[in-house]
Amino acid sequence: MSVWRDVIGQDAAIATLRRAVEDPAAMTHAWLFTGPPGSGRSVAARAFAAALQCPQGGCGECRECRTALDGSHADVDVIATEGLSIKVDLARDLVQLAALRPSVGRWRIIVIEDADRLTAYSEAPANALLKALEEPTPRTIWILCAPSLEDVMITIRSRSRHLRLRTPPLEAVAELLHRRDGVDEGMAMYAARAAQSHVGLARRLARDEGARIRRRDITRLPTLIRGVPEAVAAAADLAKLAEEETGAASAERDSAERQRLLEVLGADPAARTQPSHIRSQLAALEKDQKGRATRQARDVLDRSLLDLLSVYRDALVLHTGAPIGLVNQDSAALVQELARAMTPEQLLAAMDAIGTARERIGVNVTPLLALEAMAISLRLPR
Amino acid sequence: MTETVDVPSRVPPLVLITGPESLLAERALASILDELRVTTPDLEVVRLHPATYEPGALAAHTAPSLFGGDKAIVVHDLDEAPEELQQDLLSYLAAPLEPGVTLVVGHKSGQRGKKVLDTLKKSRARILEAPLVKSDRDKSDFATHEFRAARRRVTPEAVAALVDAVGKDLRELAAACQQLVADTTGVIDDKTVERYHGGKVEATGFRVADAALAGDTGEALRLVRHAIATGLDPVPIVAVLAQQLRQLVRVGGAGRGRSADIARELGMAPWQVDRARRALGGWTSDALGRCIQAVAAADFEVKGGGRDPVYAVERVLLTITRERHAG
Repeated sequence: MSVWRDVIGQDAAIATLRRAVEDPAAMTHAWLFTGPPGSGRSVAARAFAAALQCPQGGCGECRECRTALDGSHADVDVIATEGLSIKVDLARDLVQLAALRPSVGRWRIIVIEDADRLTAYSEAPANALLKALEEPTPRTIWILCAPSLEDVMITIRSRSRHLRLRTPPLEAVAELLHRRDGVDEGMAMYAARAAQSHVGLARRLARDEGARIRRRDITRLPTLIRGVPEAVAAAADLAKLAEEETGAASAERDSAERQRLLEVLGADPAARTQPSHIRSQLAALEKDQKGRATRQARDVLDRSLLDLLSVYRDALVLHTGAPIGLVNQDSAALVQELARAMTPEQLLAAMDAIGTARERIGVNVTPLLALEAMAISLRLPR
Repeated sequence: MTETVDVPSRVPPLVLITGPESLLAERALASILDELRVTTPDLEVVRLHPATYEPGALAAHTAPSLFGGDKAIVVHDLDEAPEELQQDLLSYLAAPLEPGVTLVVGHKSGQRGKKVLDTLKKSRARILEAPLVKSDRDKSDFATHEFRAARRRVTPEAVAALVDAVGKDLRELAAACQQLVADTTGVIDDKTVERYHGGKVEATGFRVADAALAGDTGEALRLVRHAIATGLDPVPIVAVLAQQLRQLVRVGGAGRGRSADIARELGMAPWQVDRARRALGGWTSDALGRCIQAVAAADFEVKGGGRDPVYAVERVLLTITRERHAG
């Protein structure tokens, strides 16, 4: 047993972190963990936090380790946002928190899981952290996580020590799913491959039949788009699939949160109109929920587009004859059909179109419109 | 010396003015008050607004007074009324009505105050309606009626030009009609309207899209500049372009068949299908596809991806009209 058990396929990074835990001279007060989505940035950050708090340097068994790993340690604060961005007020609160001495543990550790989202309205939230990052309080450790170095501003980059995580190998992901979540081996391998080593996604695919069906529907699209009307229809389908995935879960959660807020405020949930001070609280909650819904819709859509992209990538792999495995090995016939229908240039153009759509959706272009423009570029040549 | 003849007022003691068009509601109220003043020139008018209403004020005003004459109590915006005002109204309606008091209640729209509305209707209140004037035809009818009420002759072209120019807001339209009535003599024709409102056109994203899809470059550019100059943002213009193009593609791809069936299948209104079919002439699906791609690029540019949103809109309009002519 060790805290590093679930940090898979990151031997080099783990070695660096272990050395930092063991040797005070190799330690740094501000870290920046980068790695592709699903590579386990936040898992690594928590494991590092646990190892720092643990008297034995990360046994994985003691109270310190367990509480740090599951996020309930008094001196380990994990900040993650489900909204579009982290606001400056929260960043300022963190700076204050960072000035406090640890209460029970050896270090006060602040983990920001979405350092790339320190961007509410401007760079102000990121700027608020600079001073604290540069002149640390003794015994305070910052761990920032972001997909890549380019996602955080240069002034944060220069104040922190960079640790790069790589995409974990398929086998490692499958092994983790098998060991930790009890998924059988064949399914674990399929999920790891289809999710392209994204651990969280692979887990979802392995355990949720609906997610597998949605993925299959998406990977079938490329061979169906022949003309403009089909393209527009396919875009509508994609948007609808994403909406379905977002809608059901969040509606339930939204109403539960509302119920809870009303309870906390001592308001009557059955009242037709609430008094004004309660209305303002409800309005604030709804605003948060709306931000969360936008983020979730975007994330789901982005994932769908990645699934779509994987089909074109596979077709291109077939063309070049490169000795690498296919992402969509289970639907090889479909990939072959696509490879026959399109030249490598056309495949690359299609992949570019998907990339453009992802970029556009990220900056608030109407998703349906971006998808339509993309689908029209994906038409099969006649 | 004038003789006064005691004519009983024909206005019932309860009046309800319902509908969201504020100009019409105000006129209805004015006509009620005028009618009341025929018999009671010294009518006292009390206006109650929901924002400033204090509980019990209604009862205080309706209570019989030793010196008071007849009263008209006007309750504005019942649809925004707090619970207390609604309760006071209900208890006033439940009791026998005070003689010499006329209660006028205004209600714009919505469910709030429904109980008061129902009670008023049950108590045989006179109901005056102020429906929303929305379509161009309704606006033309309204303008024609305005001129007729002023006993002026007006040509249909003049009405159409007037609605085009100032039809966005009914109040503005009414004011424009009054101005023309007051400032001109003889028949009002389109030349008269042109002299007063020349060059002014109500430009919306929909008109811009219509002109662009019809391939009318000059008109599309003129309208879009006008729209932006009068405060319309480029973002909704692009959104409308995308929506119209989408409808064309979907209707074009649905094949032949009765427009009602296709409308049901696509979840559109039948008139939208008919309109899209008319607009489809001269378009190929590939050209429409290129237009959608251009619109998506423009949406990116107007939302911060480009430097000049207005330029992005104009360029996409040019692309669309060019594609239309090529097809």
